[in-house]
Amino acid sequence: MAGTAAPKPPETNRAGLMKKDYAGSKSTLCIGCGHDLITARIIDACYDLSIKPEQLVKLSGIGCSSKTPAYFISRSFSFNSVHGRMPSIATGTALANRNLKMIGVSGDGDTANIGIGQFSHIMRRNLDLVYIVENNGVYGLTKGQFSATADKGSKLKHGAVNQAHAIDLCALAVQLGCGFVARLFAGNTKMMRQVMQAAMAYEGLALLDIISPCVTFNNHAGSTKSFPYAKDNEFALQDIGFVPAYDPQYEEMDHGDEREITLGDGSHLTIKALDKDYDPTNRTAALNLLAEYHESGKIPTGIVYINESEPRFVDQLNMADAPLSGLKEDVLRPSKDVLDEVMNSL
Amino acid sequence: MSTTGVSEAETGTIVNDFVLHVATANGSGSQTSNMVLLRALFGMGIPVSGKNLFPSNIQGLPTWFTIRANKDGYIARKQDADIVVCMNPETSDEDVEAAREGAVLIYEESLNLSDKRPDCIHYAVPFKKLIAECCPDLRLRKLVINMLYVGVCAQLFSMDMDEIKKALGVQLAGKQKAIDINQPALEFAYNWAAENLKKVDPFSVEKMNANEGKIIIEGNAATALGLMFGGVTVVTWYPITPSSSLCEYLEGYLNQYRMKDGKKTFAVVQAEDEIAAVGMLAGAGWAGARAFTSTSGPGISLMNEFIGLGYFAELPFVICNVARTGPSTGLPTRTMQGDVISLFYASHGDTKHVVLIPNTPKEAFEMGGESLNLAEELQTPVFILSDLDLGMNYWMSDRFDYPTEPFRRGKVLDKDELEKLGGKWGRYADVDGDGIPYRTIPGTDHPKAAYFTRGTGHTPQATYSEKPEHWKGNMDRLTRKFETAKTMVPKPEIKDDGHAVGVLYFGTTHEAIREAAVKLEEKHALKLDLCRVRAFPFTQEVEDFLHKHERVYVVELNRDGQMRMVLNAELPHFSSKLHSVRHYDGMPLTADIVVEAIVSKEREA
Repeated sequence: MAGTAAPKPPETNRAGLMKKDYAGSKSTLCIGCGHDLITARIIDACYDLSIKPEQLVKLSGIGCSSKTPAYFISRSFSFNSVHGRMPSIATGTALANRNLKMIGVSGDGDTANIGIGQFSHIMRRNLDLVYIVENNGVYGLTKGQFSATADKGSKLKHGAVNQAHAIDLCALAVQLGCGFVARLFAGNTKMMRQVMQAAMAYEGLALLDIISPCVTFNNHAGSTKSFPYAKDNEFALQDIGFVPAYDPQYEEMDHGDEREITLGDGSHLTIKALDKDYDPTNRTAALNLLAEYHESGKIPTGIVYINESEPRFVDQLNMADAPLSGLKEDVLRPSKDVLDEVMNSL
Repeated sequence: MSTTGVSEAETGTIVNDFVLHVATANGSGSQTSNMVLLRALFGMGIPVSGKNLFPSNIQGLPTWFTIRANKDGYIARKQDADIVVCMNPETSDEDVEAAREGAVLIYEESLNLSDKRPDCIHYAVPFKKLIAECCPDLRLRKLVINMLYVGVCAQLFSMDMDEIKKALGVQLAGKQKAIDINQPALEFAYNWAAENLKKVDPFSVEKMNANEGKIIIEGNAATALGLMFGGVTVVTWYPITPSSSLCEYLEGYLNQYRMKDGKKTFAVVQAEDEIAAVGMLAGAGWAGARAFTSTSGPGISLMNEFIGLGYFAELPFVICNVARTGPSTGLPTRTMQGDVISLFYASHGDTKHVVLIPNTPKEAFEMGGESLNLAEELQTPVFILSDLDLGMNYWMSDRFDYPTEPFRRGKVLDKDELEKLGGKWGRYADVDGDGIPYRTIPGTDHPKAAYFTRGTGHTPQATYSEKPEHWKGNMDRLTRKFETAKTMVPKPEIKDDGHAVGVLYFGTTHEAIREAAVKLEEKHALKLDLCRVRAFPFTQEVEDFLHKHERVYVVELNRDGQMRMVLNAELPHFSSKLHSVRHYDGMPLTADIVVEAIVSKEREA
């Protein structure tokens, strides 16, 4: 068999892992669900960035979206917790081990209804967390009730019209101090891919509010969260590029009129404005943009707001560099002299 | 400047045995004065306790502080005060009205109370006039005026002035300016009383030597110290009376004693509510921290869903419930043992929890550290059931012993152990037959370390399952784990002299029960054995105590007899032996309440 080429070695990333090392269990969501598209992009981003599965944790609350951590990276620890309370789990996890990278997956009901309190408060703390809201405007597991992100006037499958105003999670996040806020559409694979990587590379809390249509309960005419509606009304704000820290390509790129942002891990984010000259580092501009587009019914996608200068939560707390979970008696138990000192003072 | 009342013959006959009750307005600085009195008596070697009866308010409403000094070491609350200091004109009529027959009344002269209660001993003191004389700064008078009654009491009851000054120094440690303002006022009143008041009451104090090796501390501070020396790493909390001072003390101690190279070996986070506080604990315990929060009854109600998750997903964390009077907002500044059922069985579905119940600051210290061990060993939420009386009042205590045992971190598989097992393990598998599974900590660098944590039904391998045999198998294993817990939790404190009748109680009723048992024997010839339950689940010793005794009085501070209900549920074959003694007006128990209840029930028996 002379002349037969040696078998091509399997493709691996810089961590020496194959794509299949990032696989999860088979999805049990409905065929065509937007959430599965997001799951695929999470796998891509973690593979592409060579994130070690052992250093990643996946967190969620309750709902269709919150089931998805089972469908990616089984080699990572995962915690499917309590409805609307993923942010508190993430906070505690970060306190115990500041070195873990965290992905939190939530839905619009899990975040904007029952979880709006914890959502609001975690936006005030700059944890190393990629907070993904798989936003379809309805409850899936309980069969199709409105959530708080459903637009006023949008219709349920059986005709009921939503009378309440929608909560804009991106606007809330910007207002509450989140330093990385993106609105995305699950059908826009290219943009999701770039932004997902940038979010993972960002040091701090990144909110990705992703329109992710529910094909079973909210994909009909009259819905403003359906695939057809989102396709017709998506307006890409930017052309977004992501160049990892190790990639020499960045230096060779023609940067033209792009905005360049260096993220905490040394990777580069390039943002070319497609809209007027939208400035995603301007908080007031971000809030105005969201308000304007909301009025028009259009869905602006891209990085709505970015500010990479906020100190991380664990640094705000002046926590030790080593994970607290690994500290032992020698550090955690003060000496007998300390007890004597306290006893003598009482 | 008048002294009226009982004849001189009665003076000087009662030494080191009185209850002193001080009525002031809150926010007036009276706490410092009261603590000086308490510490001075303590410094004189006389057993004391200090209970603060305060309103749910910041400034201006009535507050009372009760000091009991007792040479025999009884420091429980006593219903009637022997000495009443009326500094609050808003309540002085009421305070004088409520005084016991023959009590000593000390009050502002201008209140004109001398015609009331001729059965009492009156000391009218012109506090307002005196403060004008001794405190030139008008703005300070309102705060310093309370120091005058300390001086008056010191003179009347022969307290040691050196101890008073020492106590002032401890109480205002580091605030020399405040000492310089308060001490002259104190001495001024002391001297004024010597020249102007004629001693006609029978109370006095003398130095004793009963407090060697003892300290004065609030239970919340003691629990906090226990947690610090127990290696707590993550503290999350939401402010709620009467638990707030626990986490505040803890943060203070940690900031002072747990820094390394200028950085914190801990994290303290004030959460947005109790649900977030306990959610953070769930995440932190899961990820390997020794995690703690404190709260009170309403917080426990809010935490219930997460407590169930903690039980079912087997997450180690500790919650201290410093209980207050409920239901609802209830009496936020009064005490109760009202959360027995809501803690023991917190959350929906089949749940049972490990609960430690301290009775003194020393035990609060020990259980603070032990709770962290048990939570990690048993991989479950562990509770400390304290109450306002223990948490916020001042208790004399033995000094705490330095813990020398290593931390017990439970069954944790690290990278090397996973390697040895060839990566084959199951998060919820009962390998050792004790119901306690093995766990791995997120971040463990092994491809087989990870597992999926969930509140839904799961297999021994932590995969999702709705199968009946998996559900039941898991619940039965959790029962086995609870049985194992019975062998690990603190055993009851039992005094068993072979009598037929016993008293079963728990927590801060300890001092009242101890005193009541002596009174019952001395005055009513009723001899009782005692069983102080220190933990749930009940250990074998509790069962044995119930087995041995004909009748057992279960004493507790709630309307429905919650501990008795739990005993009925857990040890049903003894239920006909149990008799309930309940006290539930928000105030700590007194010995007399117990004596009266047991005497009348024994007559019926």
